[in-house]
This record gives sequence, structure tokens and C-alpha cells, in this order.
Amino acid sequence: MNTELTFRKVFGRPETLTDAVTHYCPGCGHSIAHRLVAECIDEFGLREKTIAVPPVGCAVLAYDYFKVDMIEAPHGRGLAVATGIKRVQPDKFVFTYQGDGDLAAIGTAETIHAANRGEKLTTIYINNGIYGMTGGQMAPTTLIGMKATTAPMGRDPRLHGYPLDISRMIALCEGVVYVERCSLASVKHIKQAKKAIRKAFQCQLDELGYALVELLSPCPTNWKMSSRDAWDWTNTEMTKTYPLGVLKDTTGYEAKK
Amino acid sequence: MRGSQVVGEAAVRAGCRFYAGYPITPQNELPEYLASRMFEVGGTFIQGESELASINMTLGAAASGVRTMTSSASQGISLKQEAISFMCGQELPVVIVNMMRGGPGLGNIGPSGGDYFQATRGGGNGDYRTPVLAGANCQELVDITFLAFDIADKYRTPVILLGDGLIGQVAEPVVFPDFINIEKLPKKDWKLDGCLGREARAIHSQILDAQALYDHNMHLKKKYDLITANEQRWEEISTEDAEVVVVAYGTPARLAESAIEELRSEGMPVGLFRPITLWPYPLKPLRELSKRVKKIAVFEFSLGQMLEDVILSVGERAEIFFYGVPGGVITTPDDVAQFLRSINKGDAKIGLRIEV
Amino acid sequence: MGSKRKIGKIVIDRERCKGCHMCIEVCPTKNIEEDKIRNKKGYHPARFKEGKKDQEKEQKECTGCAQCGTVCPEIAIEVYHAE
Repeated sequence: MNTELTFRKVFGRPETLTDAVTHYCPGCGHSIAHRLVAECIDEFGLREKTIAVPPVGCAVLAYDYFKVDMIEAPHGRGLAVATGIKRVQPDKFVFTYQGDGDLAAIGTAETIHAANRGEKLTTIYINNGIYGMTGGQMAPTTLIGMKATTAPMGRDPRLHGYPLDISRMIALCEGVVYVERCSLASVKHIKQAKKAIRKAFQCQLDELGYALVELLSPCPTNWKMSSRDAWDWTNTEMTKTYPLGVLKDTTGYEAKK
Repeated sequence: MRGSQVVGEAAVRAGCRFYAGYPITPQNELPEYLASRMFEVGGTFIQGESELASINMTLGAAASGVRTMTSSASQGISLKQEAISFMCGQELPVVIVNMMRGGPGLGNIGPSGGDYFQATRGGGNGDYRTPVLAGANCQELVDITFLAFDIADKYRTPVILLGDGLIGQVAEPVVFPDFINIEKLPKKDWKLDGCLGREARAIHSQILDAQALYDHNMHLKKKYDLITANEQRWEEISTEDAEVVVVAYGTPARLAESAIEELRSEGMPVGLFRPITLWPYPLKPLRELSKRVKKIAVFEFSLGQMLEDVILSVGERAEIFFYGVPGGVITTPDDVAQFLRSINKGDAKIGLRIEV
Repeated sequence: MGSKRKIGKIVIDRERCKGCHMCIEVCPTKNIEEDKIRNKKGYHPARFKEGKKDQEKEQKECTGCAQCGTVCPEIAIEVYHAE
């Protein structure tokens, strides 16, 4: 009675991603972010004109995962390196993919100034509130009370200062046209993140100015939680310090709709 | 034109189309000159937010296949060391100009030779070398600027142009070669310009596998050996019959030249050996020379940095004397002449004899 | 004439899966379970419950909604729609 059905694939690996199995931990947000970025590159047809700058951090091996030209930058210097590339190759699509240490600790100056110059660049900023690659040290983005190997009693504002919301600082710069913060920890959030990344890409293609998408990302390993708990925690706790939503939008894209 | 401006004009004629730098005395004339000149030739000038950001911008531009340059002085070059190490591992060509000033630390803005170690031994991490070129007058700055870009491209390496606060500021008439034709430069088949029609490329100095990193280091060593074999440059003045030879580079060499003229007129058989490449240092030529002279007189604006290369080269083949002036102080040719007379007499009044 | 209800299926690359099981969490038709047999890396990968439809109360036919693929960090899941 059941006739043989034919099936067509509707979801799979984007063309821009290699076949390599990533080194990311189970439940990590990085590879989801990689997929979204790769899908956008595919959809916009940018693969052959993209030059990307990965961070020093868990995604330091991103050049094994993306089939685009990539240049390693010293820790934190990604936006300076990207500035050099984009200024001499303005017709190429240049983006940085950075973690919270790379972008908001050691790279703070390069980040703020590239944004302030309004460089026609796009940044994918992965915020997991901790230093993943090096084993769980405190980041500028670590939440108050959150434990880390270098803050074993938990982050204390008197000793460690407050969590740094760098996206808000970047949004203050006039050369910045679009900043949105999303989460990677649910189906709904991932879909919104994809929309944000598409928009950030569009900003560069239209030469509007600097665009950044911050992606709150679960880190089960260094948060010492199961994947399920880490995903929940991203949406319930991380978002208290880093509320989701658009922090700046002078693109005019919404008005045009 | 002032020395710093000379380097700027020579750079654009040599095909440099990207410069990023940060103000620091005594080389501000270079970025100031390029701020408008780069624009005129269709290149890019960025005043970066720091020396650190600036050299990383040149890293990105170099990876794009463009001839690039950055500049600073002393402590600003200290900030660039991380990127220099990366560029060596990544094999990127960049020209880095250092107009040395008095140090250590903030020091002063006088000319010095205190960064010789930093330049020739490298202040960054890992096993790497960078060619170092030092000129003694503005015309030579033109020549070594062209040479620096050629060596950088040919061997895929950063190259350091070592000047000092004096040569950066002194104004002399120079003759510039014509603009090179950038289209005719050898193609860079390693550059990152988007993977249209080819496999995607990644440029990185990170190599996690131990054997692979070992192999890469050996590959770099082969390159450095090749540069050592082919790119040494030096000048000898009046060394054929000399009994005392001054070894000096850059501005000290210029002072020594004047002193030597004076002493020669007094009949003292003195000559000058002037390295132009500080790395690769012309070890063998100096060694050969030291076999037939009695005394080597090292003169530099430091407490004894190039001295170590002289000791490596000469050993016990001749007596080595040293006169060094740190702290941004400029001696006169007369001071150098006194040093040489003192060596001749053996009265040890100026400078010291080095026990090897 | 096609049926209104979508029919889908998924294929999980069990060696790529790292056992985070977020797909199991989000599947609205309860069609994914933990595989008792480990993969080569030692994880218990996710497993599509093909052919066990009568065993679970809440389990319905896979509609190919791709929520599993959306959350999978490893893109270990391919999703298919029936034509």
C-alpha cells in the first residue's frame, strides 16, 4: 500500500564549509555560527571573493573549516589586519570572526578604532563569557558571580570590574551602521541570528560602514554544564547582562521594507 | 629632502602602495610626507591608533599582495615585534623603518644605535631572522629603500631599514630612480585575493603538529641561509694598506669617514669597513680583512651591540677596540679621531680594548 | 494529489555526532533518541527512530521541520522532504 517515496534534501552542509569534523566541544555554539556564516556566504555568492580573519581562541583553526581565503592575525589584531586587506582590496568581502578575548580584551583598541573609522567590514563576535581555548579563564565578558579558573570565587566587581558590553560601546561610534546581539541557543534564536548575519553582510555589500553581530554562545565545557543546561543558561542568564536585540541600526533597511 | 621624506618618496617609487604608522619623533616626517604622497599615487595611508595596529594593517595589506611599509622609532618598534615574528612565520614581505632614538624605555629623541640587537637578533619570539639594511646618507637611503622592497618580495620576509634620528632629519639633495612598473613585478602566487578559479588559501604561522612546525622552521632556515649567501653588502674605504680599520654603520660610519680623512692626511694608515646589511652581517669579508690588519676599532651609538658581531667575525685575529656612545649623544668626527689616535698610541685614553 | 501533511526524514552522520543531544531536545515529533552504541570517538550519537513508530506515545511521523538540523552544531543531520 505504501508507495516508495522520493525524498529531496532541504537541509545540509553549506558549500562554503569543508568536510572536516570540527574540534569544537559537544554543544558549542561555534559550529552553529560557522554554519550560519557559511550559509550567508553561499546565499550571497561570496565564497570566491571572501577573505576572512579568524581569531586566536577556540576558532583559531577556522581556516580548516571554511573554504575561503583566510589570514591568521595575532591575538586581538583581527580588525587591524582586516582593515589592511579591505583598504587595498575594497571589492572583496572581508570579515572577522572573533571571540570575547580577541575582540574585547586584547583587541579592544583595534576593535573600537576600526569601528570608529567606519571600515567597511563585518564582524561576527562570539560571546561565551569565558576564555574557552585556554581552559576557562575569566573574560571581560564573564558574568558577575560566574566562576572561572582565574576567578575561582566568581567574578567580583570590586576585584574584577563589571562585565564589558563592548557591542554597546561600538554602537556609539558614528561609522558603525548596524549592531545586533543574538543568541545561538535555540531554534528561534538561531533563525534570528541568521537574519542578523545576513543583514550585517548586506551592510558591507552596500558599503554602508561597519557592522557587528554579537552571538551569545553556550560553552558547556568551561561553564561546567551539560549542553542542555548551557543552552538554557545562555538564554536565561547571559541575556540578563547582554540583552538581545538591535543596538544600532542606521542602515535604513527596515524603512525600505 | 629630509632623510625620512627621502625614504617615503623612494618607497612610493619602489611600488609601495600601503603605509600605516603612528606618530613618534624622530620619524614623523615620514608618515606626514606619505599622508599626501600616497594619496597622489593612488595608494593607501592610514594613521593607525598605535604602532601595534599599524603593523597589523600592513600585515593584512601585505597578505593581499601589495608592497607595504610601516615605520616608527625604538619603543614603537618594540610594539611591532609580535607582528614581525608572525610575518616571518607567515612569510609576508613588509618593510619596517626604524629611526632609532635614545633608550632604553622612553629615552630621548636623539639619534642612537641602541636597537641593533632588536633589529638583528629580533625582539619577537621564535627562530627567525630579518634582513636589516643601514644607510649612511640620504642617497643611500634611496638605494636601500628600493633594495628593501626587492629583498622582501624575493624572499617573502619582513625587512628592517635601520636609521637614526640624525639621518632621518638631515636634508641632502638626492637623485631618485624612476617609478617602477608595479605590473611588471613578479606575480605573488601565495597572496589572498579571493579563491576565484583556485582552491582557498590560508596564511598562518600556527602549525600545531610538531614535525610540521619543525619542517617549516627548517624551510625558513634554508631561506635565511640563502639570504646570507646572496645578500650581504658592505663598503670598504682605504682598507688596502690600513693598519687600523674602523668598523661602523650608519651615522657613526659617516663621522668615522671624516675622522679617517683627517688622520690619513696626518699619515695614519686607517680605513673603514662599513656594513650595509647588518643582517646578514658581512662576517666573512670582515674576517678576511682582520687577518691582515693589526687593530679593529668598533665605533657605534650604543654600549656595544654591533661589537658582538665584530667579535664573532674577528675573534683573535686582530686586536679589537671599542668606543660607544649611548643615550642619543652625537659625537663629532674629532671624537672619533681622538679614539683612533689613542688606539694608535696604545694609551687607552678613549675607548677600551676588548678581551676576546 | 499530494497529502497536506508533510513527510520528512533525516539522516544522521553518527561518526560526526558528538552526542550533545540538542536535536533530541528540540524534535517536536520525538523521532530522535540516544544511540546506545557509541561511535568511534566514544560519544553516544543521536539516532533517528526510523521504523519504531508504534513504540512511543508522543512520537509522530517526521515532518522534516529541520529544527534538529538547525541546532546541530556539527551539521551531522541532513533533512529531507518527501516529494
